[in-house]
Amino acid sequence: MPIVVKDLCFSYKQDTPFEKKVLHNISLSIKDGEFVGMIGPTQSGKTTLAQHFNALLAPQSGSVTVNSDLTSDPQVDLVGLRLKVGYVFQNPDYQLFAQTVGEDIAFGPQNQKLGKEAVKERVTAAMDQVGLDFDTFSKRDIYALSGGQKRRAAIAGVLACKPEILILDDVTAGLDPRGREEILTVIRELHQKQKITIIYISNSMDEAAELCERIVVINQGRILLDGPSRDIFKESEKLRSIGLEIPEAISVIEKLQERGFHISSIPLNLEEAIKYIAGAYLDREAKR
Amino acid sequence: MQTIIEVTDLTYMYRSGSGNNVLALNKVNMQVYRGEILAITGQNGSGKSTLARHFNALLTPRSGEVIVNGLSVADEKNTAAIRRAVGMVFQNPDNQLVSSVVEEDIAFGPENLGLSQAEIVNRVDWALESLNLEAYRHRSPNSLSEGQKQLVAIAGVLAMKPTCIILDEPTAHLDPRGKREVLDNVLRLNREEGITTVLLTHFMNEVVHCDRMIVMDQGEIKMTGSPRDLFRLTEQIKALGLDLPAASKLAHGLNLKGLNLPENILTTEELVNSLCQ
Repeated sequence: MPIVVKDLCFSYKQDTPFEKKVLHNISLSIKDGEFVGMIGPTQSGKTTLAQHFNALLAPQSGSVTVNSDLTSDPQVDLVGLRLKVGYVFQNPDYQLFAQTVGEDIAFGPQNQKLGKEAVKERVTAAMDQVGLDFDTFSKRDIYALSGGQKRRAAIAGVLACKPEILILDDVTAGLDPRGREEILTVIRELHQKQKITIIYISNSMDEAAELCERIVVINQGRILLDGPSRDIFKESEKLRSIGLEIPEAISVIEKLQERGFHISSIPLNLEEAIKYIAGAYLDREAKR
Repeated sequence: MQTIIEVTDLTYMYRSGSGNNVLALNKVNMQVYRGEILAITGQNGSGKSTLARHFNALLTPRSGEVIVNGLSVADEKNTAAIRRAVGMVFQNPDNQLVSSVVEEDIAFGPENLGLSQAEIVNRVDWALESLNLEAYRHRSPNSLSEGQKQLVAIAGVLAMKPTCIILDEPTAHLDPRGKREVLDNVLRLNREEGITTVLLTHFMNEVVHCDRMIVMDQGEIKMTGSPRDLFRLTEQIKALGLDLPAASKLAHGLNLKGLNLPENILTTEELVNSLCQ
């Protein structure tokens, strides 16, 4: 289910004195199976853009096509579309509403008019995908979950609808390091094993570098950069100028280059950085 | 070193939603010293916030003792004085800001202290200046970025002229620029104004700038010391569910590849300097 966005514009409070334009002529396409990071500072428009992908917002001008359906077409089955394009919000408290984990995750499949057995199958599979054991957690009260478990339950609720595209909106905000690592592992596996298209919204370049194959950088409602992750990090000045921080491993390498180290590759994670730095260091020592 | 906050054998139990008793703090002993910046870190649910809420009498000890500036938190007569001495900044500035104009918001605390008009104006000016917020004094907090809003919340606490400021994950929901703005200002207030600071955080790149750190787990203090001494204990830090600063991880990984870098590297600058020696 590819997504194609053409010349999309959007304003809040349109046609009032308080009109605020948040998206300016955005054009973008996302192919099946891609893992795209949509990265930008707070209020850059990334959430507004993503909410067009499953028709939570309708284009004011321009168009959004999901799997050849125009989201602005009144004939299009929006409920069906939203099952195919799942959206996980930043704050799981806005998303979770049932008493127990199992009931909450079952809500989507139940609304798809599936039988009791099929619903249970979906719930079990979704919980398994996010690493929540069915026997341990299905009867557990939502309020008894930790922050990281809540995030995983919210993702499972969306996965239970069998989406082809998963939008994750700042899902690691406020988590501690272990909770964050758990969520990132779940997301990585979803992409690798299930081949789901993932759109990962965040303001963290570290996470984007670790996870995404392609990064779209958004600033003030416009696409600033769009390309393979490694290419994006070559633009460190641009990224810094809009208030994003580049991963520390990359800034270490930049500083070493300034001081005469020969490192030509850009690392996307610590292992790569260690390999490149160790290589350059040992070369330098050998020449001394 | 003068002790501002002294916690002795503090235990705190609460009843969870499902009716079980949860031991949030178990015989905690710790001190906050005048002029220092202390990081308290640990996983979600480790007891950091519960502990910090005793520092300004949002919670009162049921077992054990908390003494702030020589006053016991358990005695209600001391509550007002303790809250003047210890200010608290929360995670979400929207829960803390009350007025629709920045300078009025900052004046709210001093006004409630019954100060003269002139003194209130002085304090508001000083707080705005200390946080470089003068340009925003007549603006609405809603028109500011999240990072600036958090700075207004800090200014509001600063205007009370507290001896000590507690910041409870003040950068958790900010973008990278907001995080940097808040951290830089917190560090500067500590160094230039000498304000004793307790910073609750999950971010190790914030912890490395603090004088001391405390690591909590399951309601107990598991480690106390300087970031430089503690972050070299990599296995213990990881076992407590925490991360290491990126520069420490890089240095550690490089040493496994045969380099011979110091084991206690904390920052990018230190790492680069060691590699270039």
